[in-house]
Amino acid sequence: MKNVDIVIVGGGPAGLAAAVAAYDNGAKDVLILERDEQLGGILNQCIHNGFGLHTFKEELTGPEYADRFIQQVKERNIPYLLNTMVMDISPERVVTAMNREDGMFEIQAKAVILAMGCRERPRGALNIPGYRPAGIFSAGTAQRLVNIEGYMPGKEVVILGSGDIGLIMARRMTLEGAKVKLVAELMPYSGGLKRNIVQCLDDFGIPLRLSHTVVDIEGKEHISAVTIAQVGPDRKPIKGTEERYTCDTLLLSCGLIPENELSTAAGVELSPITNGPVVNESLETNIKGVFACGNVLHVHDLVDYVSEEAAKAGQIAAKFAQGAIADETDKEIVLKAESGVRYTVPVTIHPDRVDDQVTVRFRVGDVYKDSYVSVYFDDNRIRHQKKRILAPGEMEQVVLTKKQLAEYPDLKTITVKIEGE
Amino acid sequence: MEIRELTCINCPMGCLLTVEMDGDEIKEISGYTCPRGKTYAQKEVTNPTRIVTSTVKVVGGKRERVACKTAHDIPKDKISAVMEAINAAQVQAPVVIGEVLIPDVAGTGVDVIATAHAV
Repeated sequence: MKNVDIVIVGGGPAGLAAAVAAYDNGAKDVLILERDEQLGGILNQCIHNGFGLHTFKEELTGPEYADRFIQQVKERNIPYLLNTMVMDISPERVVTAMNREDGMFEIQAKAVILAMGCRERPRGALNIPGYRPAGIFSAGTAQRLVNIEGYMPGKEVVILGSGDIGLIMARRMTLEGAKVKLVAELMPYSGGLKRNIVQCLDDFGIPLRLSHTVVDIEGKEHISAVTIAQVGPDRKPIKGTEERYTCDTLLLSCGLIPENELSTAAGVELSPITNGPVVNESLETNIKGVFACGNVLHVHDLVDYVSEEAAKAGQIAAKFAQGAIADETDKEIVLKAESGVRYTVPVTIHPDRVDDQVTVRFRVGDVYKDSYVSVYFDDNRIRHQKKRILAPGEMEQVVLTKKQLAEYPDLKTITVKIEGE
Repeated sequence: MEIRELTCINCPMGCLLTVEMDGDEIKEISGYTCPRGKTYAQKEVTNPTRIVTSTVKVVGGKRERVACKTAHDIPKDKISAVMEAINAAQVQAPVVIGEVLIPDVAGTGVDVIATAHAV
């Protein structure tokens, strides 16, 4: 069996940034395993601009952002295998993978970084009644068909869900000559960025119907029409509000789910809220030496934060592989998400293992205006920051320093919550 | 007097902005809660611009399409003319990232450049 210090599962933005950081922190024996025929992951099909404002202080397209990191990987001669599918990860960190050249093979890793990203919620998970004809695509599938393969899925389009990919595809299909009739959103607000609502819908006169959903799909071989209805506060359709739209394409942009089949099989504990691994301050899962970052950990809205988080995972995995990381001790602080905060990543902090600071990332469950993000160390409020707006679509973060943690040596619980005043 | 309604794109607040226009002249901007909103509204009603991203057909390579963008933002009312030029274009593989695919697209003075490699 081959031995490698750090195996990185996935060569998208998270895997690339993790590899570069691991290398730069002394781990020279790193291997990236990527199932696609090129590095870069989903960024390759995200040809729109708006990536990298935080990282590079300029607005790049997805492939350009990916290329910056691919160049960094190549400059360091970090090895990677393409067209290679990871089949299994054992709790002892034996990675089983396969490709056409080498067949099935095993690698013993000192550390494994999970960077598999996420996938789109499919129709089967949405409970839409009606026939199951051709012409229904997830927005990301349509994005791949149009941008990579040069193939238009259809000419008359209805989009369900106003996530950013759905909004981006509304513009993309319009620019390529399709008629996008409307975007229906179940919730009373859009999960997409304001910028995308304005530049992808308003610019082209595409209506956004909030509190609406698809209640019927027509067409036996190919989709021919959908029925849209308004929903009440209980998110159930309201009788008498039905409207029928003919169409040959229905795109679904109804949320993303971290892709954790490999993690689950390895025995990694998942959070029921994020659907990603439960991790500590080192972005380490419950399995020693197995780290997670990027969208496999929790779905991000900005790739810049994926790169930042992944770099941290790479840095810590490098320390782990060199045996330079302190063992977990009994001294464990538990993070709690309360009053409006849906979750935190990480979930536990071992203060002895914190170098300089820990970034705690979280999302809120509703839209809050003129509210405060508060952090309590046990019963002491140590942070109370006013925010003009907090929205479910925008990831938030608080940074805790080692110094702050050191001031409370007996700290048991850190609570992050939203307060009115 | 013309009234234009806009949504500010600078943050998730998404302030609804109202601009009163007298011909090409801005009479009043209201609805913003920070200076970025006012600046955005001024630009949107006087000189709205966008970066256009799309794909260009590639021949002689492994891939059918290569991603591209206008190297700078172009006037919003030129979007469809730019798209027509992009759809009419065809390039020979290989293409390297940053390469000019269409110089001075649709008379805008802006080039369309490749945003990915195509082999």
